[in-house]
Amino acid sequence: MTMTAPHPVAALEAAAPVQPSRLSMLARYLRRNVSLSVGLFMLLMLVAFTVIGYIVIDPRHAYPMAAIPRQPPSAQYLLGTDFFGRDLHAALVVGMWQTAAIGLLAGGIGTIIGIVLGFTSAYFGGWTDTGIRSVCQILTPIPVLLIQIVIAGSLDKRYVTVMTMAWIIVLLAWMWPTLVIRAQVLTMKERQFVAVAKLSGVSDFGIIFKEILPNLLPFIAAAFVGQVFAAVFASFYLAVLGLGPLREPLLGNIIWSAQSQGAFFNGWWWWPIAPTVAMILILGSLALINMGLDELANPRVRKTE
Amino acid sequence: MAKLILQRLAFLLLVIWSASTIIFFVPRMSSRNAIRERFAELARTGGFAPADLEAIISSMEQQFGLDRPLIEQYWVYLGNILRMDFGYSLSRYPATVTDLIVQALPWTIGLLIVTTILAFLIGNFLGAIAAWPRAPRWARGMATPFVLLTGVPPVIMGVLLLFFVGFRLKLLPLGGAYSIGTVPSLTWEFALDMLRHQVLPAMALVLGSVGGWVLSMRGMGITIQGEDYVTFAEHKGLTPGRIFRDYYLRNTLLPQMTAFALALGTIVTSAIVVEAIFSLPGIGTALNNAIRANDFPVIYGIVLFITIAVATIMVAMEFVYPLLDPRIKPQT
Repeated sequence: MTMTAPHPVAALEAAAPVQPSRLSMLARYLRRNVSLSVGLFMLLMLVAFTVIGYIVIDPRHAYPMAAIPRQPPSAQYLLGTDFFGRDLHAALVVGMWQTAAIGLLAGGIGTIIGIVLGFTSAYFGGWTDTGIRSVCQILTPIPVLLIQIVIAGSLDKRYVTVMTMAWIIVLLAWMWPTLVIRAQVLTMKERQFVAVAKLSGVSDFGIIFKEILPNLLPFIAAAFVGQVFAAVFASFYLAVLGLGPLREPLLGNIIWSAQSQGAFFNGWWWWPIAPTVAMILILGSLALINMGLDELANPRVRKTE
Repeated sequence: MAKLILQRLAFLLLVIWSASTIIFFVPRMSSRNAIRERFAELARTGGFAPADLEAIISSMEQQFGLDRPLIEQYWVYLGNILRMDFGYSLSRYPATVTDLIVQALPWTIGLLIVTTILAFLIGNFLGAIAAWPRAPRWARGMATPFVLLTGVPPVIMGVLLLFFVGFRLKLLPLGGAYSIGTVPSLTWEFALDMLRHQVLPAMALVLGSVGGWVLSMRGMGITIQGEDYVTFAEHKGLTPGRIFRDYYLRNTLLPQMTAFALALGTIVTSAIVVEAIFSLPGIGTALNNAIRANDFPVIYGIVLFITIAVATIMVAMEFVYPLLDPRIKPQT
């Protein structure tokens, strides 16, 4: 993720007498924002694991009957193999890749819908605003995961793929970014530079895209990471309940099948532990990045230490 | 006040109506036919001659009213929801969905009440201490391990606890309602055995949610310290204990309760998934079994029931706020 000209960097750049390079400014900012840099580092490591894994490993080993079943971790199978004969190392590589795909797709689409609805709602106001806001408010008390369970449960298992999972999550994942972006646009709309632009005869779309949108980029980045986090979380929960594409080695699926086969009762501890550790790292890195972006977007939320 | 109650009641009905409508139409848009799948499976396993399959299916569809026009089915469905009638379970016929929910509910409510209250109290207390400048260093540091666990969902915590406490140390059982081979009875041994099975899931839920409360409480505590009324109270010579209790905790109670109402949906869903992973008796395991058995009425019934419960509590919480903070008047 490259942050193009975030505000604090731009401000520092203007103040510095001798202009250091962009890269070193970024490095200096990352040193101050510890959670952002640690989170980004963890994410890079996970990406490296997946990318290198895809080069080193045969993805077919992530599917049943590719290895000797029920082997503890060894030199040949780094993370062991499961009851169905998947190589868990290969399964993690493929599973992380699929988790990333679901997260980025569902998070990205959710954020885009949120931007469109949030801007429409806040900028044009009136009935559109009332309508969009009411729908968001009515849907908010409904536990999203439960509705996703209904949708995922009604689908024919044979047709459920990683892409289907992403779409199921998108269907109910746009309310939060809509409300967040709507609130930000509302405050931005009253600023003087928008009034000046309006008086100079800039069109509505010009104001939205040239005046307001660039100022909201840090918020949008934070909302996007939040959405990716929520999407990864939702797909994980659905898979843990056995509603994922059952053949795919999604991390939640691995835990579901391990629990179904009584992995701990039978002493195959490595089977559920491998995806668990992977999930902690993924969610942890996203949470840290989110905290760091909050600080970037909202300098008033200073560290409370 | 009466107007406000009516207004919120209308909102609640709107929420329940939206949820029921989604749950009614989504399965009907899919190509799956629950009854056909169920009986096709029975026919495969040799319950009856496959030739009778079509006759059985059409008679069942007639019985459940599935042959009538969609809009008529929808009205009947809405009426049933109002009477909390969610239909029959397919896999455990003639048990109704309501029967299954009533059986499972006490377990889930017990687990939820204990863990939620524990997490809320521990989290808020540790968070308040972490922000309290007069607290000794060791007391302030107690919150840190919980904060580090904030991003870890309770299910993941459950698997880790199963591994370390259940599998490695063999201190607590690995899942289920009670030990295999024991017969449910009203004895102390059995009650103790059941409690032992509840410890790990409860720990998973508490550990997974304490951190969130710590973070929000500490943030608010730090803000309050800068307030003039706290400085004034200190100069008046009030004891630190009094300031902590009446100036500090009292002022954070309302925002924390609001946060609690908003988190309720997440709390309930986490408990459901944790129950499913530990195969504890309760709504989560009932849902998990229904998903495995393709028992659609049970899935939809449980989802709708929880949605109604969560939405109702969230709306009801709004009427608690004026009791916590007399400055808030119910707004119409």
